[in-house]
Amino acid sequence: MRHAFCNAMVALAAREPFFFLTGDLGFMALEPLEKALGARFINAGVAEQNMVSVAAGMALAGGKSWVYSIAPFCYARPFEQIRNDVCLNRLPVRLVGNGGGYAYGSMGATHHALEDYGVMLTLAGMRAYIPAFAADLEPMVRALSERAEPAYLRLGRSELDDERALPPYAPWRRLQQGEAGVIVVVGPIAGGLWQATRDRAPLERPALWVVSELEGNAPLTPPTALLDAIAAAPALGVVEEHVAQGGFGQQLLHALALLGRKLPALVHAHAQGYPSGRYGSQRWHRRECGLDVPTILERMAERMAERT
Amino acid sequence: MSARYFEDLRHLAELRLLARHARRRLLRMHFESRIGHLGGNLSALDAMLTLHHRVMGPADRFILSKGHAAGALYITLWSLGLLTDGELETFHADGTLLAGHPVPGWSEHIPVATGSLGHGFPVAVGMALARHLNGEAGHVYCLTSDGEWQEGAMWEALIFLAHRKLRNITVLVDLNGLQGFGATREVASMDNLGRRIEGFGIAVVHVDGHDHPAIAAAARTHPGAAIVLHTVKGKGVSFMENRMEWHYLPLSSEQYAAALRELEP
Repeated sequence: MRHAFCNAMVALAAREPFFFLTGDLGFMALEPLEKALGARFINAGVAEQNMVSVAAGMALAGGKSWVYSIAPFCYARPFEQIRNDVCLNRLPVRLVGNGGGYAYGSMGATHHALEDYGVMLTLAGMRAYIPAFAADLEPMVRALSERAEPAYLRLGRSELDDERALPPYAPWRRLQQGEAGVIVVVGPIAGGLWQATRDRAPLERPALWVVSELEGNAPLTPPTALLDAIAAAPALGVVEEHVAQGGFGQQLLHALALLGRKLPALVHAHAQGYPSGRYGSQRWHRRECGLDVPTILERMAERMAERT
Repeated sequence: MSARYFEDLRHLAELRLLARHARRRLLRMHFESRIGHLGGNLSALDAMLTLHHRVMGPADRFILSKGHAAGALYITLWSLGLLTDGELETFHADGTLLAGHPVPGWSEHIPVATGSLGHGFPVAVGMALARHLNGEAGHVYCLTSDGEWQEGAMWEALIFLAHRKLRNITVLVDLNGLQGFGATREVASMDNLGRRIEGFGIAVVHVDGHDHPAIAAAARTHPGAAIVLHTVKGKGVSFMENRMEWHYLPLSSEQYAAALRELEP
């Protein structure tokens, strides 16, 4: 998604002025943006706290500013700068964290982002954008550039081989209808789940939804079609490469409870940190947490069997 | 001697009187709301008054990085006619906009919420950089405390500022030598702070932080420099001067009366 992000930002640079700050990251990815922005592309060095405060100051001066780093260096290291300088002042600073979840794999735990959007969504005015597909970046960058308040963008890697059949971008999207329960996904795992189930008969595949924008300061507002599908389904699957605490699953159940909806039988596949104390690729960590596609579908099938 | 120098001299008596009056109003505001934090307000007040009354123009911005001197900032804005007595009476009260550390969103003269140390300076650098890149006029002044330079983010900002060679920003250090729980020298020494800053490639000017013309001259003639203000914590009230406890303590009625006597016009 880094290249899709860069392309979308280069297109944005042709439409409007903005400042882009990177914490010394983006080699072999952001060079076209550097060329497009000239002096407005700022390598702030390995100093993320300063970078976020400087971005806030630039927004205070009336500019639009973007901040880019590997995800944990973007949201965790400068947390107080985000909380105080950006969010307390409700400034339109866009924080871009590359490598959501276990994306940095065997680079090690310091580079993983397992609690990013949950933490960010506790802050005033913040909205999180979590693309599932590379094609999401263009409309998402457009939405971010128009936003007058803080935003966090979590980049990952698209897992869909061919994105041409995707429905148009929307914060809540139905990828397919199905009768074998409902699965709502945050992030690129949606691609893998879709590829694994879309050729099944409707009775044997789950309805599949992907949610790409989360709001922290108000309850979620799932579309009626999704609410009705959940109400009719024997089981609900929620999938996110993020810890359960503060994650989308908790938000969705909270929203259902506030709406007075019956809570469904739930499968919540989420990041669990490092259960074995060992480390590996993103795929390896997902498997260890039950976040791999076969395990998710297996658990859904078990839950469905219990209910029918 | 320049015309500006004589103009400063003409204004000197006026600003000295204003500062005395401002000190009395600051003490009253803190006394009535039973709030301490006076020491660092009294050390910073002269610089804030000088910048706002003698140096800054309409396009300039001031950021109080040492947010615990909010009282002195409110009094400065009051001295400019930008806050009323009635508004000062809400200091620290329920429903106030005049909190103990500046809160955002209500005054163009307080562009950013500060209070956690080490934030205002990098924000000020960002404002200055955006203005520079946009070719906009106006200077950014940022007042820091000396203990605040124990925060790593200050040095991140200094590295960034030195690298960018910005001339539209001035950082000032209120070097009063005392912090929350001891003398700065004893807690985590910031001795030779000016030389440390110089070592990062920023020019440093030292002035008496209670000498209004000297502060004004340094601010006008050294854009892009750091101004180290040699100040006295609790300045103007003898029993507060250089006493650490006045970082936090509120005034009793007797102390308030005694302080006012010392500051009679």
